Amino acid sequence: MANRLTTFGNDLYTGKRSFNFVGGRKKWYTVAAVLIILSVLIPVVRGFNFGIEFRGGSQFQISGVQNATEQPAIDAVAEVVPGAVARVTIVGEDGVRVQTDQLEQAESRELTAVLADAYGVPESEVTSSFIGASWGADITRQALLGLAAFLLLAAVIMALYFRTWKMSLAAILSLLGDLVVTAGLYAAVGFEVTPAAVIGILTILSYSLYDTVVVFDKIRENTSEDGQESRRTFAESVNLAVNQTLVRSINTSVVAALPVAAILFIGAGVLGADTLRDISLALLIGILVGTWSTVFIAAPLYSQLREGEPAIKRHDQKVLKERERAGGSTAEALPVA
Amino acid sequence: MRSLTWLGVLIVALFGINAAGVIWGGGSWTPKLALDLEGGTQIILAPQVAEGETVSQEQLDQAVSIIRQRVDASGVSEADITTQGGQNVVVAIPGELDEQTRNRIESSAKLELRPVLLADAATNQSIDPSESPEPTDGAEEELSATPSVEPTDASDPNWVTPALQDEFDTFDCATLDESGANVAPSDEPLVTCDSTRTIKYLLGPVEVSGEDIVDATNGMVQTQTGATTGQWAVNIVFNERGTEAFSEVSQRLFALNGQTPRDQFAFVLDGAVLSAPQMNGVITDGRPQVTGNFTQESSKALADQLKFGALPISFEVQSSDTISATLGTSQLQSGLIAGIIGLILVVIYTLFQYRALGSVTIASLIIAGVITYLMITILGWYQGYRLSLAGIAGLIVAIGFTADSFIVYFERVRDELRDGRPLVGAVEAGWKRALRTVLSSKSMNLLAAVVLYILAVGSVRGFAFTLGLTTIIDVIVVILFTHPMLQLLAQTRFFSSGHSWSGLDPQALGAVYRGRAEFRKPVAVPAKKAASSSREAQKRQTIAERKAAQADATVGAGESKES
Repeated sequence: MANRLTTFGNDLYTGKRSFNFVGGRKKWYTVAAVLIILSVLIPVVRGFNFGIEFRGGSQFQISGVQNATEQPAIDAVAEVVPGAVARVTIVGEDGVRVQTDQLEQAESRELTAVLADAYGVPESEVTSSFIGASWGADITRQALLGLAAFLLLAAVIMALYFRTWKMSLAAILSLLGDLVVTAGLYAAVGFEVTPAAVIGILTILSYSLYDTVVVFDKIRENTSEDGQESRRTFAESVNLAVNQTLVRSINTSVVAALPVAAILFIGAGVLGADTLRDISLALLIGILVGTWSTVFIAAPLYSQLREGEPAIKRHDQKVLKERERAGGSTAEALPVA
Repeated sequence: MRSLTWLGVLIVALFGINAAGVIWGGGSWTPKLALDLEGGTQIILAPQVAEGETVSQEQLDQAVSIIRQRVDASGVSEADITTQGGQNVVVAIPGELDEQTRNRIESSAKLELRPVLLADAATNQSIDPSESPEPTDGAEEELSATPSVEPTDASDPNWVTPALQDEFDTFDCATLDESGANVAPSDEPLVTCDSTRTIKYLLGPVEVSGEDIVDATNGMVQTQTGATTGQWAVNIVFNERGTEAFSEVSQRLFALNGQTPRDQFAFVLDGAVLSAPQMNGVITDGRPQVTGNFTQESSKALADQLKFGALPISFEVQSSDTISATLGTSQLQSGLIAGIIGLILVVIYTLFQYRALGSVTIASLIIAGVITYLMITILGWYQGYRLSLAGIAGLIVAIGFTADSFIVYFERVRDELRDGRPLVGAVEAGWKRALRTVLSSKSMNLLAAVVLYILAVGSVRGFAFTLGLTTIIDVIVVILFTHPMLQLLAQTRFFSSGHSWSGLDPQALGAVYRGRAEFRKPVAVPAKKAASSSREAQKRQTIAERKAAQADATVGAGESKES
């Protein structure tokens, strides 16, 4: 027999059960507004925890350590560069990460040797990196450029494909909301903002818009060709489309989120897999937020943008009038065609 | 089925290409790994330009070729030097990097023109007296380091003090890198070698610096009548200051014609002599032509180097990473483990949601995985693509994104079943709509990947690349595999009878039949019909809705007629 989600899907498809996404839009907009305000406020109040790529500095990672404690590293840094602040983190079971201010080449080499000695590992097990302070800023600037270029192109392509710029606008607005909320939630978790996190946030562009296009495609089907003869108002057609694709939305976002969650789980506890961890956290938040916003924000927004059009207004009034004539009942009471 | 055949051909072809690569071209059956997985050193250099200025791709390409020469000269093999994001140069070197090579890479290019005072074969032998005039004899016993007579110009042999003569005599070209020739002061003579380390030179002070070169191109030498002689040459164009300075130099050196090597002038790049041609005429127009034993390639290389040295572009180290091999392996492992866990979770979820239909998803994922693997190994061989940790993250994320398009398709087929179509018809009608949706939504994914790839630097690139690649493969698989498979399965009893484990059970899907008379024949939908399917959907939809409501209303009253 079918599982509950399938039955749920059937009910949504036939309209037996329906969530009023479009009608209750004021409620959803309020939720979104609150989320966005929080997402802006949290980083402002707490500050982004910028990674070394943004601060600049030297980083050492020691792997294969027998007894991973912080003190030997702190002593080692104090010995080589007196007065320097060392941020020491134990990663996994046998990894130690040491971050310091920017060191000179000679100091960096010396510290590598001292660290290797302090933890009793060969020098080849000590990884050193030097990152200029402009690196993270550079990658972000390129990312913002990419963001602008992408939004512009995507808006044009969607407007052409759906033959209405209003779908484009609704999709892009909800996408921008996704980006802000994801960045805010990421900051709230307190993970370091690294270039990997920036990648993750950028990938949301791809996923969020993908999700929106799938739902909008169904909306287009439901509202476009039979528009004049439809016995639903425009808003009802949009709402039905969202409901009909709801099971798909749930399934695709779960399937997309599962591997990402796996990366997050693995990446959190392994030395050096920070790239994995940061990408996946940003992505996981983004996938969930993106799916949510398509259903609760993008579709109602689109409906709202179109409802004011004279042709759609006329049609909606006609539909409502017919319904009134039929005794205030809904479509199911109409005579069989 | 034709599509399945095409898919087979595609996979066999990819397999064949890779096999060919392995046999003849140094390909491999495993993907090439980037430094963060393999261990090694990566240095990212950013050009230093004034505010508002940009660096052209040409400038970057020249920078890459210069840096490659420097790295090659230090004997490091397999260095991977690329430009990224239209502004950075990335140097990736497997294994550990010694200090000398690092300095060599990080120093910025500097081009100078100096007159030759002495030249000799690199081996440490006595100087042929015919080759150079003896220096003015000074206080030889203490090897004076200051000229006894103030030199009047850069070619003046008075520059050659006994101390300098001694340095020149004992200079070993193998020590060129340590000699600090690349940071020598420009107003003093310089002892150095050519870049192949076969000739050593004693050069006068800098006469013209590389910044005064406006352009340098290579071309065939032309005679007065315009006919080519077949000889390659490098044509240099100086700016005003360079023209003036070079005109003076050429008059002086041409006057020294015959007194080799003092009629030669040397192009010095980063302290090493690139080329030291003789002055064969007085050049006052600032457009000298350098001839020699050039081939097309070597003349092009020299022209590029001269032009590059002429550009006010220097590089700053933006980041430098050394990753131990152990760390790389552990990163690769965690990436693979995460991928496997993710894949298992997706498999469990799809089987739970779609029952037997889930197996089509799994098979499609496997096919997509095989194609992706082959593409990455082929690109590793053909394009030098290296899989980084971010790239692996992209691949894992792609598992979910790829499975998404199968879900979109399955849900469309289910919608058609709910409308009362028999399975074969539902597959066809669902496919027509799903394809449109998949193509439009996947094009968004691809667009994002392409934009990211073009603009991004560093790890973002690897991620964008795998994401874009898998998006394309996803679309290929859904068209050539998933759909044909579903067409085939729709004809089996298990699926067409709507077995409860098939995932396409009409009963479970709450299919509402339009009545026995209107039961659709299991024929494929012609294209024309598909075009109007949206319109039909609207009508059927209303009926479905009505029927469902009716069924609801009659639940209490007894059996529904449709059941």
